Amino acid sequence: MAEALARISQIDDLGMIQIRADLGRAGDAIAEAAGLALPGQGRVTTDGSRILGWMSPDELLLVLPRAEAAQALAALQDALSTEHALVLDVSDMRAAFRIQGDKALHVLMKLCPADLASMPQDGLRRTRAAQAACGIWREPGGYVLIGFRSVADYLRGLLQGAALPGSQLDPR
Amino acid sequence: MLTLTCPCCGVAAEETELHAGGEAHLKRFGPGSSDAEFEGYLFARKNPRGVHFERWRHAYGCGKWFLAARCTATLQVFATYSAQTPYPPAEVVAAIRAARPDWQPDWTETPTTPAESPNA
Amino acid sequence: MTQTGPFRLSSGGRLIDRAYPLPFRFDGRQLRGLRGDTLASALLANGQMLMGRSFKYHRPRGPIASGAEEPNALLGLGHGGRFEPNQRATTTPLVGGMATTSQNCWPSLTADVGAVNSWLYRFFPAGFYYKTFMWPRGFWKHVFEPVIRRSAGLGKAPTEADPDTYEQAYAHVDLVVVGGGIAGLTAALDAAKSGKSVWVLEQTPHFGGRTPTDHADGQARVDALIAELRAMPNVNLRRNTMATGLYDHGYLLAREALADHDPNAGIPRQRLWRIRAGHVVVASGALERPLSFAGNDVPGVMLASAVRDFIGDYGVAPGRRIVVVTNNDDAYRTALAALDAGLEVPVILDARSSAGGALPEAARARGIRVLTDAAIAGIKGGQSVEAVKLCAHSGSGEVTETIEADCVAMSGGWSPVVHLWSHCGGKLNWSDTQSMFAPDPNRPPTGADGKAMASCVGAASGDLLVADATGAAAESAIMPVWVMPTHATRKMKFKMFLDFQNDVKVSDVELAAQEGYHSVEHTKRYTTLGMATDQGKVSNINGLAVLSGALNQPIPATGTTTFRPPYTPLTLGTIAAEARGELFQPLRKTPMHGWHQAKGAYWEPVGHWRRPYCYPQGAESHAEAVAREIRAVRASVGTLDASTLGKIVVKGPDAGKFLDMMYTGMMSTLPVGKCRYGLICNENGFLIDDGVAARLSEDTWLVHTTTGGADRMHGHFEDWLQCEWWDWQVYTANVTEQWAQIAVVGPKARVLLERLGGMDLSAEALPFMGWAEGEIAGIPARVYRISFSGELSFEVAVPANRGLELWEKLHEAGADLNITPYGTEAMHIMRAEKGFIMIGDETDGTVIPQDLGMSWAISKKKEDYIGKRAQQRSHMTDPDRWKLVGLESLDGRMLPDGVYAVAEGVNGNGQRNVQGRVTSTYISPTLDKPIAMGLVRHGPERMGEVLEFPVAGQESYKARICDPVFYDKEGSRANG
Ligand SMILES: [Zn+2]
Repeated sequence: MAEALARISQIDDLGMIQIRADLGRAGDAIAEAAGLALPGQGRVTTDGSRILGWMSPDELLLVLPRAEAAQALAALQDALSTEHALVLDVSDMRAAFRIQGDKALHVLMKLCPADLASMPQDGLRRTRAAQAACGIWREPGGYVLIGFRSVADYLRGLLQGAALPGSQLDPR
Repeated sequence: MLTLTCPCCGVAAEETELHAGGEAHLKRFGPGSSDAEFEGYLFARKNPRGVHFERWRHAYGCGKWFLAARCTATLQVFATYSAQTPYPPAEVVAAIRAARPDWQPDWTETPTTPAESPNA
Repeated sequence: MTQTGPFRLSSGGRLIDRAYPLPFRFDGRQLRGLRGDTLASALLANGQMLMGRSFKYHRPRGPIASGAEEPNALLGLGHGGRFEPNQRATTTPLVGGMATTSQNCWPSLTADVGAVNSWLYRFFPAGFYYKTFMWPRGFWKHVFEPVIRRSAGLGKAPTEADPDTYEQAYAHVDLVVVGGGIAGLTAALDAAKSGKSVWVLEQTPHFGGRTPTDHADGQARVDALIAELRAMPNVNLRRNTMATGLYDHGYLLAREALADHDPNAGIPRQRLWRIRAGHVVVASGALERPLSFAGNDVPGVMLASAVRDFIGDYGVAPGRRIVVVTNNDDAYRTALAALDAGLEVPVILDARSSAGGALPEAARARGIRVLTDAAIAGIKGGQSVEAVKLCAHSGSGEVTETIEADCVAMSGGWSPVVHLWSHCGGKLNWSDTQSMFAPDPNRPPTGADGKAMASCVGAASGDLLVADATGAAAESAIMPVWVMPTHATRKMKFKMFLDFQNDVKVSDVELAAQEGYHSVEHTKRYTTLGMATDQGKVSNINGLAVLSGALNQPIPATGTTTFRPPYTPLTLGTIAAEARGELFQPLRKTPMHGWHQAKGAYWEPVGHWRRPYCYPQGAESHAEAVAREIRAVRASVGTLDASTLGKIVVKGPDAGKFLDMMYTGMMSTLPVGKCRYGLICNENGFLIDDGVAARLSEDTWLVHTTTGGADRMHGHFEDWLQCEWWDWQVYTANVTEQWAQIAVVGPKARVLLERLGGMDLSAEALPFMGWAEGEIAGIPARVYRISFSGELSFEVAVPANRGLELWEKLHEAGADLNITPYGTEAMHIMRAEKGFIMIGDETDGTVIPQDLGMSWAISKKKEDYIGKRAQQRSHMTDPDRWKLVGLESLDGRMLPDGVYAVAEGVNGNGQRNVQGRVTSTYISPTLDKPIAMGLVRHGPERMGEVLEFPVAGQESYKARICDPVFYDKEGSRANG
C-alpha cells in the first residue's frame, strides 16, 4: 500500500499567547517582549523556536514552547502595562497539528478554501478546514494547522482522511 | 458564491469564510427617537437592484467586519472598505461611478474620511 | 472476435483494447466486452440494443447518443450499498465483473407489463398530471393512482449506505478550459504560453473530442497538442473530470471520477473540485439533435454522430444496414464511416432540396444512393428497426418506398453546449443560418470585476468545424427541420418524440401551445419536456422550435429554458464528501468528555457540543438517572461539566460603558471580585442570552454566556465595537475553550472543595456572587460562587488541560459524600424547581425580559442599552403580553411541553382563542410532583386561577397558576 500523502501528528507542547493592542503604537514593545520582529499583515516571524503571527490588524499570536509561556505572558503584560491592550494565555484552548511530507499541500487543499499554494513562505492564513476554523502556517517540510481544542478529534479525522494513501491531487 | 477581499487582512475570502451582516451604513436610533425613526432603523431596508452597500464579517479569518459596495444584479464588487465609516468614502463612490456612471449617491452628507479608530 | 459479441467489427475501434476481454452481467446474463468499452458499446457489441424503458409509456428504448446527453440507456449499476440507479451506459466505462440491470420494466425488459401505458397514450397527454388532479376523486384513486404508482420514479434508490468514500478539493487557477477537444487544447496552449496556470477538464477518459473520429489526421493533431501541453509545468490536464456548473465570481464545480465502480482501488470514488477560476474557457463542444419523424424512438434509431462513434471508437456496429437521414453535411461522415467498416448504407435521406458539398459528393462517389427532399415517414418495427418508410420532406408523409434496415442514423444539426456559459448569465443569439443558439460574446457572464468570466471557443462558440485547428473543409448550409416531413399529419406527430425519456412528443407541445402555454418555461413544466435526467440536452431545441412553430413566432421570441447546474447529475456522495459518519459535523468535546463517555453518559447535542444528559447506571431509565442525580445533589454534592459555557474577556478603559450597553442591567458598577447575572437583548428588545459576569479587575470583566451563545455573543460584541462604537477602547477575547469549568453543587460542596485544599472558600472569604482566584488541589483556579440550582454552588474554572485532573480528584475525594456527576437534564429540572429561566425554553426570540418578570435585571438608570428603545414600543409595553408564571397540574399528570391554554371564544379562523402556553415542564424529583412554567396573559395577576390545556386525543390538562419558584422560595440553600 502506498504511503499517506502526509504524516499527521498532534503537537502537545505548544504555548500560545494572544495579544490585542494597537500594533502601530505598541509594536516595538511587543516585539521586544516577544523576542521577535513584528510580522507584517498575514505573515509570521520566527526564530526557529518561537513564532509571532499576525492574526488581525490589532491581534497577534505568540506561539512558543509551552515551558516559556508563563514568562512570556508576564513579559508581554509588563511591556504593555501602560497601553490599552489584552494579553492572554490561550495555550489550553487550541489543538495543533503538524502536516509533514511532499503532498502536505494536497491534504490541506482538500479541506480549506484558501489559496494555500500561493501563500507566501512566511504567510499565515486563517480559514476553515471543512467546518472548523483554523490557522495555517508553513514550517520546514510541511505545515502547522491550529484549531480549537474541542474539535481536535474532528480535525485529526479530517487530516488523516484527506491524507489517504493514493488520493494525491495530481492529474491522473 | 462570492469572493470578497477583506480590507482588514488583505485576504480574498470566499463566501463560506464570511458572515453576511445585511445593509451597511444604518444609523442607529435609540431611546428618545420617534416611532418612525426607530421603525426605519429596525426594519426599513433598501434592497435595491443594483448598487448596494453591505456588511460582511471575515468570520473564518481575521474576525473583522468590513463593508462591500456591490451590484446586487451582476454581483460586480466595486470596492470593499473599512466598517469604521458612516458613509462610503470618496474613493468607493468613485469606483462605483467608474462602473455605473448613472448611479447617484442617495445620502446628502459629505462623505467623511474613515474615522480614526484605536483598533484600526 | 465473436467472443465479445456478434456486432463487434473485425477491425477498428480506437479506444478499445482487443487483448483484454472483460466479463460483465446484464440482467443476469453473462456477456463480454473489451477494455476501453463503455457499457453501451459493450452491450451493442453483444447485440443488446434494447437497454431500458421510457418513463411514462414504458416504451422500449435503446441508446440514441454516445455521450453525456444520453437520455435512454440508463442502467442500475452494482449491488447493495453500491447500487446506483440511472447511470448512463454511454459514459460508464466497462469494468470487469460489473453487474448491470435495466430499469422501469417488469417482469422483464422485453416483456414489460407497464407498456400497457402506451396503449393508453391518449389518456396521458401533455399536462396529464395537472389535469388528472381535477378529475373525479374515485377515478383518481381506483384507476390512475395504481398506474402512476407503477410508472412513477425513475430507477430505484439504493436502500443501504454507500460504502464508497468521496472527497472535495479546492483549487485556484488562472484559466480553466472546460473540454479537452481540439478547440480546448488549442486555447489551453495559447493561454499557457503566457505563463498562466491552466487546467483542462475533460469529462471523458480521452482527450481530443470528436476530432480523432471525424478528421483524417485528427488523432495526430490532438497528440501533438497534448505532448506540448504535458511538457508545460503550468498546465494541468485532467481526464474523467466533468465541469458541472459555473457559479458567481468564477466558482466552478467539477467532478473527477477516480475509482468509479472500482471499489478495490482503495481511494475515494469521486472528487468534487471547487475551483476558483480567473477565467473559464468553455470548450464543451456541441450536441447533435435528433430529427422529429414518426417512430424516431424505436431502438436502432440513433444520432448519426453516435453511430459513427460506436463504429470508430469501439469497433461496434449499431446495425448492419444503416439508413442515414439528415438536414446537414456532417451526417454524411457517418455513412462514409459505416461503409469503411464494411456496413451497408442503402440510402442517405437528405431533407434539403440539394446536397452538393464535398461530403455528399464523397458519399455519391462511394456509390451511396443520396435522395434529396427526402424524409422518413415512419419506422417499421417495435423493439428494433426493421424497415424505414420514405417520403418527400416537403410533403405530408405519403410513403414512396420502404427500405429494409436495422439502424437509422439521424442528424438534425448541432447545438453548442452552452450550459456553463449560461449558468451564470451568459446570453445567447439565435443564428438562422446555423439553426442554433450560440453564445453572444458581447453578453458574457461577468465576474467580480464586472468583466467576462467566461468565453467560448470551438463548437461551443458555434464554430462547429473548428477548421483552423482541424483543417476541415467548408460544408454546405444546414436547413432547419423541426418536424419531418414538413406537413406531417397529426397522427404522425403522435409518434414523433422530442423528450425520449419522458415520452414528450411533438403532439404534446402543440397541444400545450393550443391550450395557451406560450412561455417555454411553462410548457416545459406542463409537458415535462426537458425534465428528464438529461435536462433537455437532446430535446430542448427541438421542443422550443416546435413550440415556436405552433405559436407562429420566430425561435428567439420563444427563447430557451434556463440552464441550471449540474450539467450531469452529481452523486450526493461528492457533495457530502468527508461530512459523514464521525466527521458529519465538528463534534465539540470538553476536556472531561472521555470521562463522561467511560461512565456511560447519554449525550445531549447542544450546538456542536455533546453534553452528558444524564449518567444512567445499570438498568436505570434516563428519567430514573436524572431523578437520582438531582436527589444526590440536593442531599449532598454533585458535579456538572460546565466547560461549554461561553467565556468572553472584555477589557479596556471603556469596557464598563460597553457592557452597560450590551446588558440590560448595570455592569459598570459591579465591584472587582463580584459577579452579577445579566440579560442580553438584541436591538428588537428580545432576550437572546443570559449569564453571569465577573469583574476581574478595574478594566476587565469576564462574561459567561449560554453554551450555544459563546460565538454568537462574541460576534455580537465585536459587531457593536467594530461597527458602531469603534472609538471605544475595548478588547474582547473568546476564551471559552481555555478553561474547563466544573460546577460543584450541593450542601456538601464546600466540604468537598476544602478537602482538596488550597483556597479559603468560607462564606466570609467567598460570599455568594463573589469570585476568587487561587489554587485548588494544586491547580490554578478561578472560583465563582454562583448557583443555577439553588444549592450551595461553586463553579471552578481551571486551565482546560487540567480539567480532567480536577474532576477526577473531586470524585476521588467525594466518594464518601456520594458525589454524583449530573447532566443537563438534572440541571434543567433544578433550575425549573427554582423558577430560573432558560434561554430557548422561556425565550423563543419574541420574549422580552419584562415578560419574564425580570424587570429587576433591567437598569432604570441607564439612558440606553441594546434593546431599550424597542422595549418602549407600544406592542412591548402592552399590558396584555403573556407573562411568566408557574403552573401546577391539577391531576398529577405532567403538562405536555408547548401546549396552549385556551381562552373564551374563537378567532377569525374558527380556532379557540388562546391565553398562554407552557414553556418548561418536568416531574420534580425533589417535590415529587409535576412542575411547569408558562407564559400567560396577565399571568402574575391571576394567581390561583385554573387554565385548560386541550390536547388532541386526551382529556384536557388543567393547571393552576402559581409562583414559578417551586422550591426554597426564601433562597436559603444557596448560602450553604
Ligand atoms: Zn480579514
